[in-house]
Amino acid sequence: MRGVPLTDYWLMLPMAELTIFALGTLLIDLMVPRQWKWINAAGAFIGVLFATLCLWRLQSMLPRGATGFYNALRVDRFAIFFWYLFLAGAALTIPTSARYLDIEDEHDGEYYSLLLLSVVGMMCMAAGIDIVLIFIGLELTAISGYVLVGFLRRDRRSNKAAVKYCLLGAFSSGIVAYGFSLFYGLSGGTNLAIIMRAVLGQNPHNPVVMIALLTTMAGLLFKIAAAPFHQWAPDAYEGAPTSVTGFLSAVVMAAGFALLIRILVFGLLPLRSVYTPVITVVAITSMAVGNFAALSQTNTKRLLAYSSIAHVGFMLLAFVAMGTAQLGSAAFFDGFKGILIYQVVYILMNLGALAVITSLRERNVIGDEISDMAGLYRRAPIEAVLMLLFLLSLAGIPPAAGFIGKYYIVLSLIEAGHRGLAALAVIFSLIGVYYYWKVAHAVLMRAPIEKERLHIGFGMRVAVGVTALATIVIGVYPQPLIKGVNWSLGIAQPPHAAALGK
Amino acid sequence: MVPITTFHYLVVAAILFVLGVMGVLLRRNLVIALMSVELILSAVNLNLVAFSRMWGNLHGQAFAIFITVDAVAQTIAGLGILIAFFGNHETGQ
Repeated sequence: MRGVPLTDYWLMLPMAELTIFALGTLLIDLMVPRQWKWINAAGAFIGVLFATLCLWRLQSMLPRGATGFYNALRVDRFAIFFWYLFLAGAALTIPTSARYLDIEDEHDGEYYSLLLLSVVGMMCMAAGIDIVLIFIGLELTAISGYVLVGFLRRDRRSNKAAVKYCLLGAFSSGIVAYGFSLFYGLSGGTNLAIIMRAVLGQNPHNPVVMIALLTTMAGLLFKIAAAPFHQWAPDAYEGAPTSVTGFLSAVVMAAGFALLIRILVFGLLPLRSVYTPVITVVAITSMAVGNFAALSQTNTKRLLAYSSIAHVGFMLLAFVAMGTAQLGSAAFFDGFKGILIYQVVYILMNLGALAVITSLRERNVIGDEISDMAGLYRRAPIEAVLMLLFLLSLAGIPPAAGFIGKYYIVLSLIEAGHRGLAALAVIFSLIGVYYYWKVAHAVLMRAPIEKERLHIGFGMRVAVGVTALATIVIGVYPQPLIKGVNWSLGIAQPPHAAALGK
Repeated sequence: MVPITTFHYLVVAAILFVLGVMGVLLRRNLVIALMSVELILSAVNLNLVAFSRMWGNLHGQAFAIFITVDAVAQTIAGLGILIAFFGNHETGQ
């Protein structure tokens, strides 16, 4: 019986590390007395750092990427880019959660464990080219997410959010699985390359192919909360513990996009003409729903949820550019680059904004209404300024990093000839400025309701500081990030992963 | 007597899938909604096994085992969440 060659196990080293640390955190949590609970957070953080180091070594050992486990796992530059991104997202989430969990009085060992396992699942999603592995990764992340969203067991909003997220998440996973089963039936294999070959030979309007494509896409669009499958996002983001909202909206969303790219571009490229119109409609609807619904929100987490939906719509437009441009043309690569750059930038700004909201949590204040941010400038001036930076980035205004992401996607749309769509995207972004301004107004100009100064933990300061620094650096000097993205696409640049926005 | 081909399995799986989808979207009782998700995953399993027989390889059956494990994990997570939910609210709606 042939087994897996031993060298293949190197490829999953970061994932194995994170799993070991996740299990270790669970064990340590049992043995540690109450006042030493911070060891859980520290242990998880060390696990993430360790996994990053392993990834660094792996990357230098395999400059060209490698495939292993019978062609199920492909650790190429694309995967390594996203792996760094997920690890960075986890590393930024862990310090912001520590004090929050303390106040919420929740037993926190499982929290960090689930966070790490979620990252393992996301790594499977980004590096998997076999639909079985992709599905497992999808589920690992999703199920960890359900529990994380419902982590505050005594909070009714958290329960409700978890129920909604779990039900709709399980539903979408089932739909994706059905689509995958049909693709298996069409091709007789589970590898994306085999599926692509089989799909190439089929008439694209074959009903089975259509159903398979539509169900797979429906499920995947659910995961990234694109309209019309966005219903779960506002409630889930609002009810979840705020640090989990950050993780969910930024990092899990990035994994969803990595998955979309893997499946739609690497796997189902021959069906471009079929899925691009669908994505166009979904993108425009998402931007419309997200922007218009956010205008009337008073809860910052719900506002950020709707703004996420709008951003997702914007990112999906890059798929439209890639879907209609010639393969290998400038528009195609710019669209691809645009998505990757936007992911990095998006993780930074969302995690940053939600970290600031997390820090507003005090014993008697939940801190997720806009009025809770009132007068932040007087209570915590540095944080207030950084929050303004994140809002600028979210609105896509230079010199904050959000502009760079939007620039590339609009560029790719124009290069692919979709000037109308590009104009529409810019108009929708301008609508966004209004609701970001509402929050900024509260931060700067309204009188504070709570008069005392905000107590911000050390970990939170570092996390927000790093995020803000990266946002402004990328906004002003995006060249290293662009070089990193070019590298991950393999466009004639030397390996240069050092400045991937951490 | 019509011979039973793969197509028949696919139709049954499709019917189960549609019933499951309708169950999740239309039923108000949360436990039944979770059961409907299980129906969807059963439809997927049936699909996979039928295709595995049609193609003559074992990939489908292996995938089916993974999906079964995943269905169990989802059910456990879902029921746990429901228990926390019912601990704080009264009815099952």
